[in-house]
Amino acid sequence: MALDSDAQRDFKIVGTRVTRPDGVDKVTGKARYGADISAPGMLHGRILRSPHAHARILSIDTTGAMALKGVKAIVTSADLSRPEDNFFADIGDNCLANEKALYDGHAVAAVAATDKATAKAALRLIKVDYEVLPHVTDVDAAMAPDAPVVHEGRADETVAEGYSQNVTSHFEFGHGDLEAGFAKADKIIERSFKTAATHQGYIEPHACLASLGADGRGELWCCTQGQFNVRTMCAELLGIQASQLRVTASEIGGGFGGKTTVFIEPVALALSRKAGKPVKITMSRDEVFRATGPTISSSMDVKIGMTSDGRITAGKANLRYQGGAYPNGTVEFGAQSAFAAYDLAAVQTLGWNVMTNRPKEAAYRAPGAPVAIYAIESVVDELCQNFGLDPLDVRIKNAARKGTLSSYGPTFNDIGLVATLEAAKAHPHYSAPLGVNQGRGLSCGFWFNFGGNTSVSLHLNSDGTIGVVEGNPDIGGSRASISMMAAEELGISYDKVRTVITDTNSIGFNDVTDGSRVTFAVGLATIKAARAAIKEMCSRVAKIWGIDEEAVIWEDGAAKPSGPNAGDFDPMTLADIAAVADNTGGPIAGHHEGNADGAGVSFGVHLVDLEVDPETGMTTVLRYTVFQDAGKAVHPDYVEGQMQGGAVQGIGWALNEEYIYGEDGRLQNPGFLDYRVPVASDLPPIETVILEIPNPGHPYGVRGVGETPIVPPLAAISNAVSRATGVRMAELPMSPPRILKATSAKV
Amino acid sequence: MRYERPETLKDASDLLSNEEGLSRILAGGTDVLVQLKSEMVEPDLIVDLKHIGGMRSISSEAGGYRIGAAVSGAQLGEDDGVRAMWPGVVEGLELIGSTQVQGRATMVGNLCNGSPAADSVPGLVAADATVRIHGVNGVRECSILDIPVGPGRTSLAKGDIITSVFLPARAPNASDAYLRFIPRTEMDIAVAAAGVSLELDGDGVCTNARVALGAVAPTVLLVEEAGAALVGTRLGTDSLDALVKATEAACTPITDKRGTVEFRTRTAGVLAKRAAKIAYARAGGKS
Amino acid sequence: MKNLHISTTVNGDEKEFICGSDETLLDVLRDRLDLTGAKEGCGTGDCGACSVTLNGRLVCSCLVLGAEADGAEIETIEGMAVGDNLHVLQRVFIEKAALQCGVCTPGILVATRALLERNPDPSDTEIRYWLAGNLCRCTGYDKIVKAVQIAAAEMRSA
Repeated sequence: MALDSDAQRDFKIVGTRVTRPDGVDKVTGKARYGADISAPGMLHGRILRSPHAHARILSIDTTGAMALKGVKAIVTSADLSRPEDNFFADIGDNCLANEKALYDGHAVAAVAATDKATAKAALRLIKVDYEVLPHVTDVDAAMAPDAPVVHEGRADETVAEGYSQNVTSHFEFGHGDLEAGFAKADKIIERSFKTAATHQGYIEPHACLASLGADGRGELWCCTQGQFNVRTMCAELLGIQASQLRVTASEIGGGFGGKTTVFIEPVALALSRKAGKPVKITMSRDEVFRATGPTISSSMDVKIGMTSDGRITAGKANLRYQGGAYPNGTVEFGAQSAFAAYDLAAVQTLGWNVMTNRPKEAAYRAPGAPVAIYAIESVVDELCQNFGLDPLDVRIKNAARKGTLSSYGPTFNDIGLVATLEAAKAHPHYSAPLGVNQGRGLSCGFWFNFGGNTSVSLHLNSDGTIGVVEGNPDIGGSRASISMMAAEELGISYDKVRTVITDTNSIGFNDVTDGSRVTFAVGLATIKAARAAIKEMCSRVAKIWGIDEEAVIWEDGAAKPSGPNAGDFDPMTLADIAAVADNTGGPIAGHHEGNADGAGVSFGVHLVDLEVDPETGMTTVLRYTVFQDAGKAVHPDYVEGQMQGGAVQGIGWALNEEYIYGEDGRLQNPGFLDYRVPVASDLPPIETVILEIPNPGHPYGVRGVGETPIVPPLAAISNAVSRATGVRMAELPMSPPRILKATSAKV
Repeated sequence: MRYERPETLKDASDLLSNEEGLSRILAGGTDVLVQLKSEMVEPDLIVDLKHIGGMRSISSEAGGYRIGAAVSGAQLGEDDGVRAMWPGVVEGLELIGSTQVQGRATMVGNLCNGSPAADSVPGLVAADATVRIHGVNGVRECSILDIPVGPGRTSLAKGDIITSVFLPARAPNASDAYLRFIPRTEMDIAVAAAGVSLELDGDGVCTNARVALGAVAPTVLLVEEAGAALVGTRLGTDSLDALVKATEAACTPITDKRGTVEFRTRTAGVLAKRAAKIAYARAGGKS
Repeated sequence: MKNLHISTTVNGDEKEFICGSDETLLDVLRDRLDLTGAKEGCGTGDCGACSVTLNGRLVCSCLVLGAEADGAEIETIEGMAVGDNLHVLQRVFIEKAALQCGVCTPGILVATRALLERNPDPSDTEIRYWLAGNLCRCTGYDKIVKAVQIAAAEMRSA
């Protein structure tokens, strides 16, 4: 379904700032998150985790723990199925280690007991005999031929000889003649960059309540970005049928990509099956940091050539990402997105995925893109400084636009990059004066966005109201947006619609809430479901009026004769039609199942002013403005919220957030005290400018907006720090000791 | 684990001295509860001091103030008298944790936790404050400086309970200040810290100065040379440079996840200089 | 382990419960009193999601022992609305989209109410420092600070 021909349609509900349907529950404490539920006879599960970065598990002796009064079940990897497919096998191995513990915090065994204190005591009685192995946590060290090997034999055919077996895959993108391009440059800058791993940092730790019987029928309640995905993975790992496992998603306390997989859910199901009772597991914050989804850490080399008037002649990047203890594919996204903002005649990106003794990487908002674009945008900024050119002018001059052959292959359709850059240039922020020790930085950002498998049902109630049933957890207000699109399409008021997110047995399959897909793809499916319902309503009215179905049209929430020739009938509203549905053929509904494509890519530009204390290296962010092409902003408050939240996560990534490993390979900062996410007093207001360049792939022009905003802050902050201090920074995070060291070296 | 809430100091001291296992005193609980959560420490006995008379009061004494061991940061911050006389001490305690932590955290708890990075301790050392200890063998007074003996360790004996902190009276032209460095604006442990207390004569010349440093040695340090660099001066550039040199010379920090030796040393000097200037201005000095 | 019998007041109602000596007030609220509005985000006082007031003081309930609640007065998010009348802060948070996932929201509302009781007209900076112990990972805090200002203005003019 392409953009409606009346692209400039006059929206009545879409674009307004209605209140969200889950608001009251969430401000009164009534909303039920993962840990907020219990069941009669419930047991409490706890997980034993490896204290070693890398160790062979020689034996696990559970007899002492099982003998403790109140202990009802203990499971190890032997209690999970071993799927043949590596994708599922790795997830299972990550949930409960099989032959080796692969990182500090890797789950080794789990216990279910009648209360938390007993479960805790039982963990200490499980005896695990480890043979400690050499470990590696740094990406460059892990690539060296003599590095300790995390898994043997997992490299695919893309990896050239001479690397460690930790290098599992290689990607290459680009076009044009690099040599010729660099030859045309007046200046070439080559730099190497390193970035630390960060965590999504959702405030709600993973939690679930599982019940699985010996008959293979089960119920699972959990906080997740995708209950269908959880079902698929758990069914594989428990050896049960998908139809027999009903998974219900709780309200979700943040995910950002980190709740797109399973950690505790298969374990709780296995414990429940063994104990014959419901089992609840909640992770502690320490477990969340040690064992769930950090992002990649990276090591990157970038080379860019530019003419003295600011034309980029060629760009090349080598990206090395470590994604923890299992093969991952994230560098592909980094290599594809690195130069996406530019219209280049010659460009090449090479990427390597690497395993280390760290937790298995999970998706985090635009996975792979922020660090790659950080490296590119840093070098572009340095070239602008070199020639004394305005960094926005240079980006406008080189910007990708409609018809540009992108650096990763496709040719761009309607995109909003130039409009976004021009909006930044015209904004008062860009011309505001700067003080001593202050710097202004900017960066472009990009994300592909995603559509994917989606199922939506929409039904009319006899009182003229609408129920929408969908299957994607609402992570930032999507129930409001979906209700708005249903109301818009049907021509009724927003308060007549209620959207609920249902369990895996109550609607068709849905991909995970990821890829900034929900407002786009679920919205699209909702509009199609509404159109199916409209078609049915028109058919019922045609019956009542005794005219052809084609002679009835839908307009302003009512069926009307298509013209004078169709007859003279008073319009029938949705409520009128619903009220008599019993007599015209029964309940009326519309539904849509499909795999949505046409998710338009999204570009953003961030502008930041900051001040660096020259005596301590402390950075204070003074002013921050986000410009982003959102396509049609369905609910502007929640679009702004995505832009602001993503920007602040990026600010944290740039300045302070990092996974710190000791010599022993153990994580040194598994808590919010030393894993430093931004607090309210660290930040200025985050100003937002929404640009609405319609996405031709959606009837209302909607694009995904959630991921792009985390991409630009890394380079924007780094460029601002570099300009404030006069020293080009090339490592994240730019913590005060690092900045002070760099600026001291300058003098 | 047993939880006890005695109503007299004698009962509290007896409980502690008779306990054969591990015991912990509970005042604000902002360290003890974190230790329990981490499962690194599993005490057999918790003695809650908050129901013993005087533990939560602030009273005037000999021109200064006596502050009960269970007075929280929020309570201390609301006391205009202490804030006016010892603003650096108050700001040291108030910098610990969040508003929520301020509702519970106490100076004495911060002191007894034995961290070299304890935010309230450099200010107390600079103030030359004392503590009153109720022990098995009676009551004694002790300098703040003598309590911590190493990271996580104090000189207190089994059954010893610090019951109050005493902040002495001040001369008219005197004040103090405390600064710490953290990578965010709130919610972190000090990477380096400095507390400075100054007394001036009527002409704004410093007559007495005490400089204490946090997070740059196994315990909070009193750096006499740093104080001496300020005495006899109006905190001009030369004296501040000497202060910075003396401060840096006294630092023996470690490199860890929060900071490096170089960073801590250099930042301690910067903070001592800045705190000295604030204290000088508060004391009425004009530079 | 010997359990303790505790009598306390929660949101104005007298409550009694049995708890272990090592259970926190947060554990008690959630597991013993079925008040799950306060959340455990960290258990170490670093995130503020478990904020409640204890005898009028804002605290992290994860840093208070359940035993300490004996004879105390506790207010939680569940006591903030009166009947079906939302507190001004609650209503404005919904209207101004000051929440996304909502898991930090109970703690932030409890903390903010405590701020406005002491300081009815805070600056943005005062709001940001007061809330520094309430982590929010979704919003970047911008809409929270704005909502608090709007609610405070409405409360001042009421």
